[in-house]
Amino acid sequence: MIPERFDYVAPRSLAEAVERVAKTPGAKLLGGGMSLIPALKHRLATAPLLVDLGRVPDLEGVSERRGRIAIGGRTTHAALAAASELEDVHVIRETAGAIGDAQVRNRGTIGGSLVHADPAADWPAAFLALDGEAIVVGPGGERSIPADRFFTGMLASAPRHDEVLTEVRFLVERKRAGTAYTKMRQAASGFAIAGVAAQVALDRKGRIERAALGITGVNPVPFRARALEQRLVGQTPDAATLRPLCARIEEADPMADLHASGPYRAHLAGVFALRALLSACARAAS
Amino acid sequence: MPVRPVSVGERIKRREDPRLIRGLASYTDDLKLHGGLYASFVRSDYAAGRIERIEASRALSRPGVVAVYTFEDLRGTVGRTPCVARPEAGRDAEHPLLADGRVRWVGQPIAVVVAEDRYLARDAALDVAVEISPTPAVVDPRAALAPDAPRVYADHADNIALHVPATGGPEVQKLFAEADGVVRLELLNQRLAPVSMEGRAVLAHWDEGPQRLTLWTSTQVPHLVKQSVAQCLGIAEIRIRVIAPEVGGGFGAKIPVYAEECLLPWISRKLRRPVKWSETRTENLLGTTHGRGHVHEIEAAYRKNGELLALRGRVISDVGAYPSFFGASIATFTPLMMPGCYHPKAIDVEVVCVYTNTMATDAYRGAGRPEAAYTVERVMDEIAAATGLDPVEVRRRNFIPKDAFPFTTATGAIYDSGDYELALAKALERFDYAGARARQAKARAEGRLVGIGVATFTEICGLGPSTGASPIQRTGSWESGVVRVEPTGNVVITTGVSPHGQGQETAFAQLAADAFGIDVNDVEVLHGDTDVVTHGVGTFGSRGLVVGGTAVHMALEKVLAKASRIAAHLLDAKPEQVHFDGESFRVAQSDRKLGFRQVAEAAHLWNVPIPGEEPGLEAVARFEPTGTTFPFGTHFCEVEIDADTGELELIRYVAVDDAGRIVNPLLADGQRLGGIVQGLGQALCEEVVYDESGQLLTATLLDYALPKAQMFPRIELDSTCTPTQLNPLGAKGIGELGTIGSTPCLVSAALDALRPRGVTHLDMPMKPERIWRALQEAAR
Repeated sequence: MIPERFDYVAPRSLAEAVERVAKTPGAKLLGGGMSLIPALKHRLATAPLLVDLGRVPDLEGVSERRGRIAIGGRTTHAALAAASELEDVHVIRETAGAIGDAQVRNRGTIGGSLVHADPAADWPAAFLALDGEAIVVGPGGERSIPADRFFTGMLASAPRHDEVLTEVRFLVERKRAGTAYTKMRQAASGFAIAGVAAQVALDRKGRIERAALGITGVNPVPFRARALEQRLVGQTPDAATLRPLCARIEEADPMADLHASGPYRAHLAGVFALRALLSACARAAS
Repeated sequence: MPVRPVSVGERIKRREDPRLIRGLASYTDDLKLHGGLYASFVRSDYAAGRIERIEASRALSRPGVVAVYTFEDLRGTVGRTPCVARPEAGRDAEHPLLADGRVRWVGQPIAVVVAEDRYLARDAALDVAVEISPTPAVVDPRAALAPDAPRVYADHADNIALHVPATGGPEVQKLFAEADGVVRLELLNQRLAPVSMEGRAVLAHWDEGPQRLTLWTSTQVPHLVKQSVAQCLGIAEIRIRVIAPEVGGGFGAKIPVYAEECLLPWISRKLRRPVKWSETRTENLLGTTHGRGHVHEIEAAYRKNGELLALRGRVISDVGAYPSFFGASIATFTPLMMPGCYHPKAIDVEVVCVYTNTMATDAYRGAGRPEAAYTVERVMDEIAAATGLDPVEVRRRNFIPKDAFPFTTATGAIYDSGDYELALAKALERFDYAGARARQAKARAEGRLVGIGVATFTEICGLGPSTGASPIQRTGSWESGVVRVEPTGNVVITTGVSPHGQGQETAFAQLAADAFGIDVNDVEVLHGDTDVVTHGVGTFGSRGLVVGGTAVHMALEKVLAKASRIAAHLLDAKPEQVHFDGESFRVAQSDRKLGFRQVAEAAHLWNVPIPGEEPGLEAVARFEPTGTTFPFGTHFCEVEIDADTGELELIRYVAVDDAGRIVNPLLADGQRLGGIVQGLGQALCEEVVYDESGQLLTATLLDYALPKAQMFPRIELDSTCTPTQLNPLGAKGIGELGTIGSTPCLVSAALDALRPRGVTHLDMPMKPERIWRALQEAAR
């Protein structure tokens, strides 16, 4: 497992990182390296230059201001799984804790995972369900990309190759609201065969007022289950009511591979949608 | 009574572990020789085809690239890839070290690039252009048996490597005619990758001065490597030293002697420089032997009281693209062990070993016996389902009774000792079988899919005697042990069973500590170097303690006898008056005594010569097994299946194993836990998958699913002890036991959970989708 020869720099400022990656055609930004390094070793990817973000300041950590949560792009999964600020944002904690294994969680970053846009990665589900936005900084300055325009194809995302994802932001409702993430792990890689993140708000009578479901692992591009979300409005959040509603995910256009067929993935999307919903609703009600 | 506590039977931590844990151990890839070169292989991207052209000029033009070799460079100077279990003429295949114009599997070495560093070697290997005209490949072993199947070897009449026909004898026919019922099963025992933590690695150094080759290689069998490389390269064995440094696991896949182990010495001799290669994980999955790969078509005749009368059918073994070292012989263990711990009156099972355009298969933890145990245990569950009897009761009714040993099975195996009822009774109690069934009934009433699995099993270990050894192997099945007592009284042991994780350095030191009344840390155990250890075969077939340990034990006894005679002379006593109390030699009815260390010193100093004795205190012993041992056990487990997803959760696992006398229960537990989890991996998730064209789809650990700790609960271990009479240690072998019991046990539990929903068959691995589909189909 030996990659092609490449150069490596570890800039100490964001401006320098952007400049270095913009200047060299084919250069790649290196976050935790949990996807890029294996791809290089297998020679599925090549890059004349890796620009390591590891020494760029102020890219890590979690902050919250008036319900708006901001996560530094280089924050590791392990840090998010343990972040006290996010204790009641179950979807973040559950997603972070469900990624790969301890080694991957200790090195892999939320920004790297989102930009890489692996169709079976865990973060896209939560990012979509929370209506997040990604802040990226490139040679042209800073811009914000909303979640629903972030994933542009299989292994493709909206940030350009010379844009650094500096922050992930989202709003969290806490009043009569709850979130959850559930998945089936692919036995070898730990990636999601199907993973569903849910955010639910209940009305005063305890019925579903709003629901957002982000689904990963199923389609080549992660998506929102908008048709189901609409069906859910006004429903009583119990298993008997929700189960038939979740039986079909209209947007599912599933992939098939060694680990799961298309029809099975589509079926699992519904199963895990139900589980995520029930968990999120229970939290919203408590 | 011994004056110090005995060491044998104690849970002593492995003396090997501190250096391994602290990164202070040297594996082959850690070794560096001055002027060393690195090799990288160009491997086939096609499963079958003709090589039209190999263009290496671009690779050779890179500064630092020393050579690129293909088969044309080797032609006439080397032999075939080493093979002990050679098929008969017409079915045998002289597999070349590098492809000789034809490729037969994805990953087959075509050319080797030698360069000044490993990075350069890899880049240059990718520069070598190989043009191949693909030809049709055959991947599925049953498809390979079709008359019109593409042939792996065009000059062969078919794809069969070895055929042991069924007898079709009248006894089996009669038993089937008399039976109350017949169970028919078609079972896949899928292909697995052994995946040792350390991959294969080779460092070869031909020293032109003394005309000697030193070969460091990550192998389980250094002495067999020496012989094989000598034969392949035409170098006298006395000119070869093979060293197995620290070896990070093998599981059988480091028994075969590979093309790379022959090629690197050839390169080193040609270039007169050391050369090293270590495989990548993808090379390990592509080009290190796989295991299992069986299809069993089995019929079982039974009576309505649950008695198994006879088995007949066919074992198809996928041996891959070429006959690996022992590859074609592995499946012959399967019918032999198909009686399990039962006594069917007849077994008539055909064995067909088939070539396919895939990596060769060979020994993998259990090697032919897990396949047999899986099939006969599935048969037991089917008989239980058909007769309405409890699966435990069916097994009990078929057990070979404990007073029947030694017992000759219908297949001619001679079981040394056993008490299957004892292990079963202990497991029933430990698992609380009755309670578990009651809880299951309650869960079922709630609509939950809870299942209880059971496996009762035995296997063949401590392989020997030498009458069964292949002449090609040029050595019998005996093992040697040398015990040398130093003047200080410290002890050096050399053993021919080269370890790769088993813990011989600890267990064998315990034997010496007890024999001489010294501390375990005053014993050094040497192994894995053919210049240091004169003779050895290997640990495989759970031979480590059973055969290798017995040889050491015998050498210890010889040394003790001599020490006792020396002590008698020094104490002015007759030899028969002197006995060793575990620490000192004492004269009966007196207070005269000499410590072991004093005797050791006297034996070397020799200032008081002992008439009729040679100076020194050293002995060599060779143990030739007179028969094989048959450890056994009972495993129970409880699972719950999620009907919505097909996911299986293992709730509880209880293993009661009997491997005879245990030297170190801690090491034995380690062997059992590892084995159980490896067997569960086969049942749950592991599978080597090739597509129809022969491309390997599981070429990384992102796709080949190894079992992981998080998948399992704490496994509960217990044991019984039924010693063997075949060796003085009473040891029966434990390395493979867990693997053999756990695979059928888990499948038994899954089917038990699913039967109420109408699911009667599952193949492994029982991935969630497979279970979910079985439930969907049964519901139709």
